[in-house]
Amino acid sequence: MLSYITRRLGVTFLILLGVSFTVYVIFAFLPFDPAALTCGKNCNDPGIIEANRHRLGYDLPFLTQYWVFIKGLFLGRSYGEGAALINCPAPSLGYSFQEHSCVTTLISEALPVTLSLAIGALVLWLIVGIGLGVLAARYRGKFVDSASTVFVLVGTSLPTFLTGLLLLVFVVIKWHLMPFPAGNYTPFLEDPYEWAQILFLPWVTLAFAYAALYTRFVRSAVIETSNEDYIRTARAKGLPESEILGKHTLRAALAPIITMAGLDFAGLLGGAILTESVFNLPGLGRLAISAVIEYDLPIIVATTLLAAAIVVIMNLIVDILYAFIDPRVRIA
Amino acid sequence: MTILDVKNLSVGFPTPDGVVRAVNDISFSVSAGETLAIVGESGSGKTVTNLALMGLLNTNTTQISGSAMFKSHTGDIDLLGMDPNELQKYRGQDISMIFQDPMSSLHPYFSIGDQIIEAHQVHNKVDPEVSKARAIELLGLVGIPDPASRINSFPHQFSGGMRQRVMIAMALVNNPSLLIADEPTTALDVTVQAQILGLLKDLQREFKMAIILITHDLGVVAGAADRVNVMYAGRIVESAGVFDLYAKPAMPYTQGLLDSVPRLDRPHTDRLVAIPGQPPSMISLPDGCSFAPRCSRISEVAGNKCLTTHPELTLRADNHSARCFLGEGVRA
Repeated sequence: MLSYITRRLGVTFLILLGVSFTVYVIFAFLPFDPAALTCGKNCNDPGIIEANRHRLGYDLPFLTQYWVFIKGLFLGRSYGEGAALINCPAPSLGYSFQEHSCVTTLISEALPVTLSLAIGALVLWLIVGIGLGVLAARYRGKFVDSASTVFVLVGTSLPTFLTGLLLLVFVVIKWHLMPFPAGNYTPFLEDPYEWAQILFLPWVTLAFAYAALYTRFVRSAVIETSNEDYIRTARAKGLPESEILGKHTLRAALAPIITMAGLDFAGLLGGAILTESVFNLPGLGRLAISAVIEYDLPIIVATTLLAAAIVVIMNLIVDILYAFIDPRVRIA
Repeated sequence: MTILDVKNLSVGFPTPDGVVRAVNDISFSVSAGETLAIVGESGSGKTVTNLALMGLLNTNTTQISGSAMFKSHTGDIDLLGMDPNELQKYRGQDISMIFQDPMSSLHPYFSIGDQIIEAHQVHNKVDPEVSKARAIELLGLVGIPDPASRINSFPHQFSGGMRQRVMIAMALVNNPSLLIADEPTTALDVTVQAQILGLLKDLQREFKMAIILITHDLGVVAGAADRVNVMYAGRIVESAGVFDLYAKPAMPYTQGLLDSVPRLDRPHTDRLVAIPGQPPSMISLPDGCSFAPRCSRISEVAGNKCLTTHPELTLRADNHSARCFLGEGVRA
């Protein structure tokens, strides 16, 4: 198992190297001059542009630029010299001229927001999705099942920005059930209550869509597993129905949910762009989208790379978890 | 001593096209320590009969009528008239079942030890260590080498034959008085078939239990059964001791089944005889004998009687009855 994990980590590293290179190549050949963009929209002073090009290292040959970027990840990187020296300590993902900040700093500010959003939503949608899915499967054709079908239909067809706006309009503005979230994200360690209060509606918004998806998936997985021969065996043994469902059926039905949840979670960590925008949360998604609008190359490269890293690492975690659940994939 | 007495059992599955009459008014009994074989082709109702007795059919979607008096550890009970939750106490304890496909009948995520121990624990309020010792004892009995360490293995680490041995160990863990074996050797290759049948016979002697052996293989019946019920289109069409049945089959269908078994004492140039045609639709059974449309001896009965009148099961010799106008009233 340990050698398996080591091997997978090695592969993960190579994949990330490949992804970073690809992202770098794409942006190197885009018809934008990152140096020109540092000078503002109406700036035509070639002197400033060339000075910035040199400071940010865009005058280096392409491969050297990539190498400096990779080196910066491990050793840190500094831009310019003398009084204008800017130092971005390792792991340096570059320097955003537009934001006047090291990209790593920007990300370390945005990541906790996105992480809080994703974890809360994950917990919420797993509870609702699995709970409702199991109930719908258990009482197939009954009221719970029909109600869950309506929920699934609404949840999968309402886009998140609409759910978010509806929640804002009704819960916050019309009914005054919650204060208006003004983008003043409060870290959990500072004030857990306010943290939860600000994130509650975004959690509900995100979880709504995913919970609907998971309800449908869990329902069909439970029904399918219930028809397995080994469930009939469990019944023939004389086990009570609750134990058959809770132990034998769920164990097998929920295994694929782990994979699904892991990857969906990883996707969200890359930035829940719409939800963050609707609720004005300073997370990774909003960082990425504003970088794209402003052609802020270092941030785009960094957020893309981070999203890729999260997906690849989540994949590894899911595979390891899966091995603990399903003995057939365990490696000696 | 009769331990199971089934009277007028009928099972129907309502469908949009009509009720599928899978089992039609059948009666039979099983004595302690004997092996009753139920033989018939696919769809003749042999499995449904036994799933009904075990209470493993969904009572919401099936119509079950009749009675099945069974001598349990708590006295006489009617398996068919019982609340499913009540019946659960007898399943796996007084009546056990083993299934056709050992590859899919064991839960892939739990060790075989856990699965056998669970079957013991659910009916016995004892320390898990006692159940574990019992599981090891039974695994040894069914011929699993080194049971004390194999108990921690998972189903996928066993061959098909070994898995069926595990299933048998699990079925016998509570010393049942009746074992229902539903095609226990169909999924196994021929050499393993013989081992499993031999094992069942040995264990039957040791545990003094009755066996209902469901099979379509008359070769298996000849070696393993004391009595045989031949089923066709949901009805018992012939019932006899195993020697009587092979020596003097009274019903052309039984004769057809016997003719379709390859035999070593016939010239190898003889072609196997197949019964022409298909079994009738179970939704609209023929007015006359269900087998009449396929019967080669229909002309031997005067005046189309086979097509218009439904024959009753009548006695032909001691313990030998058949549902056929041929030879009716003649006692050998």
